[in-house]
Amino acid sequence: MLGFLARRVLIAIPTIILISIFVFSLQKLLPGDPVLVMAGEERDPEVIAALREKYRLNDPLPVQYVAWAGNALQGDLGVSLRTNQPVLQLIGEKLPVTFQLAIMALIIAMVIGIPAGVLSAYKKGTWVDWLANLIALSGLSVPNFWLGIMLILLVSVKLGWLPASGYQPLSEDPLQSIRTMLMPAFVLGTAIAATLMRHTRSAMLSVLQSDYVRTARAKGLRERTVLVKHALRNALVPVVTVTTLLFGELLAGAVLTEQIFTIPGFGKLVVDAVFNRDYAVVQGIVLCTGIAFIFMNILADAAYRVLNPRMRDA
Amino acid sequence: MSAVADPVLPKRRSRAWVKFRKSPSALLGGAIVIFFILIAILAPLLPVPGPVETDWSAVRKAPSDAHPFGTDEIGRDVLSRMIWGAQASLLAGVVSVMIAVALGVPLGVLAGYRRGWTDAVISRVTEALLAAPFLILAIALAAFLGPSLTNAMIAIGISAMPIFIRLARGQTLSVMTEDYVESARAIGVGHLALIWRYILPNIFPPIIVQGTLTIATAIIAEASLSFLGLGQQPPAPSWGSMLNIAKNFLEQAPWMALYPGIAIFLVVLGFNLLGDGLRDALDPRDT
Repeated sequence: MLGFLARRVLIAIPTIILISIFVFSLQKLLPGDPVLVMAGEERDPEVIAALREKYRLNDPLPVQYVAWAGNALQGDLGVSLRTNQPVLQLIGEKLPVTFQLAIMALIIAMVIGIPAGVLSAYKKGTWVDWLANLIALSGLSVPNFWLGIMLILLVSVKLGWLPASGYQPLSEDPLQSIRTMLMPAFVLGTAIAATLMRHTRSAMLSVLQSDYVRTARAKGLRERTVLVKHALRNALVPVVTVTTLLFGELLAGAVLTEQIFTIPGFGKLVVDAVFNRDYAVVQGIVLCTGIAFIFMNILADAAYRVLNPRMRDA
Repeated sequence: MSAVADPVLPKRRSRAWVKFRKSPSALLGGAIVIFFILIAILAPLLPVPGPVETDWSAVRKAPSDAHPFGTDEIGRDVLSRMIWGAQASLLAGVVSVMIAVALGVPLGVLAGYRRGWTDAVISRVTEALLAAPFLILAIALAAFLGPSLTNAMIAIGISAMPIFIRLARGQTLSVMTEDYVESARAIGVGHLALIWRYILPNIFPPIIVQGTLTIATAIIAEASLSFLGLGQQPPAPSWGSMLNIAKNFLEQAPWMALYPGIAIFLVVLGFNLLGDGLRDALDPRDT
């Protein structure tokens, strides 16, 4: 397993270098001269010259990239123009908030998506299957920011059951923290539930046709035992790997969800950075999510090998 | 060249059409999509007030005979803005997918056709682009390009491009092993003619399916960018920007948020149903 992981990490290095080149190039898309923006309204020539020197803007592009990438390797992704905090520190501060939201969303998605997928596969071709598919497709088609707005309108404004916005750290008041996160987590979880349902359905369909399920049934086992112990356990192998890969979707979904429910997490950081033209933060976020996604990919492969014994010797 | 059999079987096409027509959900999807396309095209002819026409005596008025979907915070007709907003949404969906296909398919075909180093470089770049979540990449690109509908379409198109590179590469690799490609090569058909006449027509069905499904994703992405203020700029209407304003008036004017959201949901559902229907109809394994 260690050899496998080492190989995968080595293969990932060129991809990470390419992501960093892409992220570095983003700032070159900016119209105008960024130094003029940084220098403020006075545009003092000495300040401009000092900034050019500091950011090595007088050097050729490849030299600028190597300097930027060297700093990034040491954890220096620049400083936020708005808060003057190091970008990496800023991302590190916001991640736990989004992490809590993502975990809660994933739990909700699994609770809805997996049983719905099992039921849909088991009742293939019936109205239950048709209905489950329609709900899943609707879950994929509904824009989550609109679902959030509608839930605020119904659950908070009309019924007054849950708070419409705000955030309470888990460590301070766990119950209130879960209460404030429940609605955003549901919004974020619905699209993921739809994806999980579709994958579970397709995995269950193929497992239900396999010989060992037929054997289990022939032995006279109860249908529930066949379904849960024999079929679902095997069908969950690809579902677990897909869940790992849904990480990117969760992060992207968090951008809008956090914006609507005013949760001070990673997603809100992205939007605030975009609006404040805090480009170093935007770059840092794309770089970090890209690298994190690659490692989640590796984790998904590792999980697949652990769960599927036939893959271990491959 | 005529000695080589036509690789695209007309029979397969007609069989696909028969299968498509038999699927109620695919037909429903097609009908929804056609309905919204017609609304977008016929917007100037429909009997509604102009989308930026303000009526200060009818600010945030609930749905009535005069304004079936109500009015917004400066007295504009919500129905009219939704009808004109359909243009922005559909345009963004279709144009960004066209950008993604125009850039992605040639690169994918090149990677699959040339293999070797070309393939290795294109595949690594694709992986790098796929690593950043679609919406975060689109937001970052739109932020750096500047907020406008055109830039949002470019940002979404570039973000969706890697899906088409990967798909076109895989399909090309598979088509290249077919006998008719081998035969065409054997009789000396040139590279470009081989790609144009034998590879492209055969990799097209899955690209159409993926394109239809990606239009759905692109419409949500455009609405998301406009919701964040990075897409269509005011006062021009777009469903996402309408929702952005509506969220500030939820208690006073909930209709401002209700209808644009339903429109996005329906049109995205339409493209998803259509895409799923096309996939089932064009799937050669299931005849």
